[in-house]
This record gives sequence, structure tokens and C-alpha cells, in this order.
Amino acid sequence: MTLIKHELRQGKISFIIWTGAIGVLLAVCIFLYPEMKEQMGNIGDMFSSMGAFTAAFGMDRLNFGTLIGFYAVECGNILGLGGAFFASLCAVSILSKEENGRTAEFLLTHPVSRVQIITEKLLAVFMQIVSMNLIIYVLSVGSITAIGEKVLWKELNLMHLAYFLMQLELAGICFGVSAFMKKGSVGVGLGIAVVMYFLNLVANISESAEFVKYITPFGYSDGADIVASGSLDGPMTAVGFVFCVAGVVTAYVKYCRKDIQA
Amino acid sequence: MDAIKIENLTKYYGKARGVEQLNLSVAEGEFFGFIGPNGAGKSTTIRTLLGLIAPTSGSASVLGLDIVKDREKILAGVGYLPSEAVFYPGMRVKDVLKLSADMRKQDCRETSSLLCRRLQLDVTRKVEELSFGNRKKAAIVCALQHDPKLLILDEPTSGLDPLMQKEFFDILRERNRAGTTVFLSSHILSEIQRNCTRAAIIREGRIIACDSVDSLSQTSARRITVHGSVALDGLEGIRDRADSEDAVSFLYSGDMNSLLQVLAAGRVSDLFVSEPDLEEIFMHYYEKDGDKA
Repeated sequence: MTLIKHELRQGKISFIIWTGAIGVLLAVCIFLYPEMKEQMGNIGDMFSSMGAFTAAFGMDRLNFGTLIGFYAVECGNILGLGGAFFASLCAVSILSKEENGRTAEFLLTHPVSRVQIITEKLLAVFMQIVSMNLIIYVLSVGSITAIGEKVLWKELNLMHLAYFLMQLELAGICFGVSAFMKKGSVGVGLGIAVVMYFLNLVANISESAEFVKYITPFGYSDGADIVASGSLDGPMTAVGFVFCVAGVVTAYVKYCRKDIQA
Repeated sequence: MDAIKIENLTKYYGKARGVEQLNLSVAEGEFFGFIGPNGAGKSTTIRTLLGLIAPTSGSASVLGLDIVKDREKILAGVGYLPSEAVFYPGMRVKDVLKLSADMRKQDCRETSSLLCRRLQLDVTRKVEELSFGNRKKAAIVCALQHDPKLLILDEPTSGLDPLMQKEFFDILRERNRAGTTVFLSSHILSEIQRNCTRAAIIREGRIIACDSVDSLSQTSARRITVHGSVALDGLEGIRDRADSEDAVSFLYSGDMNSLLQVLAAGRVSDLFVSEPDLEEIFMHYYEKDGDKA
């Protein structure tokens, strides 16, 4: 418990900034919707006839003129990308920062087993991701209600669940990476999130790259697909879960044996 | 029981040597010195004992517990002072001390505040604002506040002013008298000479001497200083020769009679013969091909 508390305190500022930024952007977008809806007649046609660009952001599969369609695209880009960055950064630095900041010697010369250190750090990452998602969810529902739109619970819940799972997968992978890193972990974390994001865009554009959706967690958390099908893609989500667990297991195996250099 | 027992410990970093076939034992209650130049393997030895790095081969036990299997139990009884203490940025000294105590599941407030007072450490300061010396003080409190059975100190006095060094060694001696084993790794020989009962010298990953500080200092070599003019050429066993205008000084480990003959043949106005200090012996051990003094 000591370390969880310590990690949450250490990550407080980063958490507030990311949650605040994502929350404010999301709310602003929702509040812009009523105004956009009036002009949507033409814009909707325009957005759905931009070829590859339309496909990339899933605007060929949903109606941009409805709130949920608008939300799926906006949400996909703000919460999807923002949440992915936050989860990746949070997880990729949690183990590596000790060696990078040269605090590993302090931490690891206390009578706490490495397994416990890893577990508490993992829980701290998990708790931060859960808290961010809950806050964003409440903000989102509140904003939708505030502009007088009906909340489509099923679609909204599914989307938020998918983003949450996607963040957990990225965090799991980055946590595994973190156990190996000493320096430059932030770059790697952002890199992983960005590459995954663009892989999904590629998969959306090209039919032959459809399989890539199984690799990237953005595959099963694509707002357009979720709204269109009304469900999460089981196999994709399962593959994502496996990636997440593999990352976490790797972290335990590696960090328990790692030589901590001065 | 030995507080530290190291048997044939070898650590390689890939192909680079850390320590090789190291054997060492430190008895409970000892004030033990560990001397060696940079890169000799002092820190490697300490880091292995603390479980930060895993040995390549060999074994070691601390407080009777195996360093690989019982890492946490060992750490509970050990206080470690790193040569360069780094703490989490943004934290105040008191938070760091509390975190350290919490990780040990101990209430150390009483000892901690006593130590802070003696070392004149302001606990309300943020750690990143601390000078090197003050950071060292915070690390000292972290290492001592839980009353460990064994203290492992890596270059403890760097950054401390002379008054604080004195206070620090006073505390260490008090602890030692109360039964704490102290393992002191240092470059500073006077520190070892003044405080330690036994010491080991490490060079290039191997222990090259381990004995009581008194016998380490005892050697047949003598520091000879001659005023006047003497012809020393051809005399064997001279090292570390320093010539000045009217005098010559050298470390002599050769035959005394030959020296006396040479001196008798010259014109000597004054002569000093003294035991070399530990510093000189230390230098001797460090010289790669130095013969036994």
C-alpha cells in the first residue's frame, strides 16, 4: 500500500493535466454539437464523401449528423488518442523512472520484494487509468445531458468500455517495455501509442490491411465499428487481452532478475 | 556468527569484470574498512550484498542469510548509505524519511528526529533544493533511523564538512559500541585508520590484503629522510624517492646494513627513520607490480 500511495502522489500532476485536458476537450466538442447539427445537412454529405479520409476515421460507417455518430468520431480521437497516450506514458515510465532518476538504489534497498514493488506499481497505473476513465465518463454524460441530447447508454457504455480496455492493453505492453528500459522510455511509450493509432487508420483505409486490426488495440476500440455493430469484436478484444497479460508477465519476469546498475 | 560472509564471489557485467573469486568475512560487531581505488569492485561487492545485482557465481550471506534467497530479510536488518543519494523530486525530507520508514513498516520518528537534530538537517526542505552534503545527511538518517544490525556505508563522508564528519563518526562509534556492525567503504585512509579495527584492500576485483588495521600498517618498510649528501645509486629497495635541495626522502624496504654503509660513506647532517603511514602502504598495494612492503 505504501508504494501505491507513493506512486499516486508522484503521478498526481501528470494525472490532473491529462484528465483535465481530455475532459475539457471532450466537453467542448460536445457543447459544439448543437451548433454543428444545424449546419450538418451539408457537412454530413461532405464528410462522408472524402474517400480514404472518410474511411480512415470511420465516417463511412456512421452518421456524423447524429450525436452518437459525432461522438464516436470525436471521442475516438480525443479520448482514444489522449487516453492511449496517458496510459502508455504512465505505464512505460513507472518502472524505468527509478533507474533513470537514479532512485532505484533507494527503493530496492528497502525490505520490499521486487514482486511486491512491481505489483504495487502496476496497481497504481491501473488505478490512475480507472480514475481517469470514470471522470471522463461522468463529464461526458453530464455534457450530453447539458446540451439536451438523449444519452444512448448502450453505445456510450460500449465505447467507453472499449477505450478503457484499449488503454489497459497499451498500459500492459508499455509496462513490459518499462522493465527493460533505463532511459528514453517516454519516447518509446508515445511511439507505441502513435504507431498503434496509425495502424488502425491504415486498416480502415485498406481492405487488405484489415488483419492489422487484430494487432492494434484501436482495432476493437474504433467508435465507428462499435456504433455500427452495437457490440465489441470478441476475437480482437481477446487478442488485446493476451497482449496486455503478456506485457505484464514479461515485466515480472524481467524486473525480478534485473541487475540494477549505479 | 559472521555479519558478512562472501565465498568465491564472482560478478561479470557481460565480459567486463566486476569482482573475481572474492572471499571476505566480517564478524558481528566489527568496524570494518573496505579500501580500493575507483573501479576496483567496491560498489559491485556492496550492490551484490544488497541484492541489487545478482552474482555470476559464488555465494554470500549477510546476517546469516543468503543474499539471493533472503533478500528482503537481509534488507530489513541493514542500513545502506549510497555514495550518491538521490531521492524522488518534489518530496520534502520528512516525506522521504517517512516513506523509508513505511517501507520498513517501522515507526522511526523518535530516532529520526534525534538524528536530524544532531546532523542539523532541516526536514521541511524539498529534496531537490538540498546541497550535496545535505542530501547526504538525509541519506544518513534513512540508513540509521531503523536501528539496523549492519550498516553498509559507501564513501559516507563525501560532501560533509569536517564538523559533520566528526558528528557522523561519533554516531557510528556509538552505534558500533552498542553492537552494530559497520562496513565502511572508503578512499580516505585516515578515516579507516582512525575508526576501523580490520580492513580489506581490493584491487582489480580481488582482495589483495585483509588484516587488522594495525598489522596492515605494520611493515618492514621505513620512510627514510636524509639531510646532507649521500650517493644512493645502486641501493636496492628504494621507492617513492623525493629529492629536495638539501635532503632526500624515500621508502626503503631493502637491507638495512647496505643502507647504513651507504649513509656512512656520505655526509649526513640529519636523519629521520619512521614507519610509513597507511597512505603510503595503500599506494604500495595499488601499484600493480609492487612487491610486498
